[in-house]
Amino acid sequence: MSRLQAGRRHSVRFSLNGKPCTGEAEPRLLLTDFLRHQLAATGTHVGCEHGVCGACTVSIDGKPARACLTLAVQIDGCELRTVESIAPSPDRLGILQSAFKRNHALQCGFCTAGILMSLDCFLRAHPRPDEESIRDLLCGHLCRCTGYTPIVRAAIEAAAELVDHGKEKTDA
Amino acid sequence: MKAAAFDYVRAEHLDEALDVLGREGSDARIIAGGQSLMAMLNMRLAKPRTLIDIMRLPELARIESKGGTITIGAGVRQASLQEWPELGRDLQLAALALPWTGHAQTRSRGTVCGSIAHADPSAELPLVLQALAGEVHLRSAKRRRRVAANDFFVGMMATTRADEEMIEAVSFPAVHKRSAFREVARRHGDFAIVACAAVATANGVRLAVGGVADVPTARDFPDLDGSALDDALNGFAYSLDARDDVHATARYRRDLVRMIGRDLMREVLQ
Repeated sequence: MSRLQAGRRHSVRFSLNGKPCTGEAEPRLLLTDFLRHQLAATGTHVGCEHGVCGACTVSIDGKPARACLTLAVQIDGCELRTVESIAPSPDRLGILQSAFKRNHALQCGFCTAGILMSLDCFLRAHPRPDEESIRDLLCGHLCRCTGYTPIVRAAIEAAAELVDHGKEKTDA
Repeated sequence: MKAAAFDYVRAEHLDEALDVLGREGSDARIIAGGQSLMAMLNMRLAKPRTLIDIMRLPELARIESKGGTITIGAGVRQASLQEWPELGRDLQLAALALPWTGHAQTRSRGTVCGSIAHADPSAELPLVLQALAGEVHLRSAKRRRRVAANDFFVGMMATTRADEEMIEAVSFPAVHKRSAFREVARRHGDFAIVACAAVATANGVRLAVGGVADVPTARDFPDLDGSALDDALNGFAYSLDARDDVHATARYRRDLVRMIGRDLMREVLQ
């Protein structure tokens, strides 16, 4: 049993976007604040801080999760992925991001990081989704700019492209 | 919106968790998936001195099906139950209600027992437990006891769990009779304005309603029809003491109970 005392910082070791990472966190520190303030990973946005809006969604051990409903100390030993992992390099957009851009699936962009992470987790598990399942997934996110339709379109386009992309890789 | 300070205990054995809970009582809280508790902490509606994390205990992460009873441990996430292969056959009502329980992004972390421990009157899993007359398995360092769903929920977010007890598991009888579930909420996945669950019984239907009274409430109805059914549902709707709030009026809630109740009873009695 380990007891991490209040008011003190404790070491947290985990993997962030495929690389080993160590940080220090008080027990009460939220994963959102840990990422943004301690690790300067500001791609993850902070919206409602009670799990409703979805802006802070990240991937923990391959599953989508609200970073605002997770303590930094809870991710010790976990594999964490954030929106920073989506692009292949800092000057190129990933397949999902390009589809979002083409389809105007974002305007202010505040909700986008969370939606990309939800879709990224979902499309890995469901490579050929229908519109209904994407809409069902998106009910865990609030977007006040787009009306969701362009996001659904972008997700379906990206899914098809990811399947083709996967095929190319296997054929090569 | 930041939680007040607390110690964080990562239990490696169940005894450790029970020991800390026994010593610190109401100052300590169990955290499993955290999908209800973390919001309460962030809003400082709960200010425990100690959080005890039980998610590293493999013995709690089990779903067991034995002798017609399905027992779900305190570490079983809602998404894991949703993926359980026997769910559609043995716990059809849970299979119908889980897609309405939060969102995919919260079911991936939130646990079945955690939602029941939180006892929100409009939550789906407490409603399913009540509809199926399931049991809550409580455990402290000194004793174990089982409490029927109907005795467990005593008020809005209030249960008969003692301060030194934790929910070790919940159990449901396997039900192979027809079940139905429906909910009205502002957005799919939000807390229900009214949620109804119906299960066929030997001589009628058991109908359970969430979101209206302070606790999920079930009533057994004989196989009724026409105005007798309307009267029975109307009596049930009024007995729930609905209140007006920002989401809906009491009258609208009663309307939903009558309408959804009627639809579901028809559905399971077909």
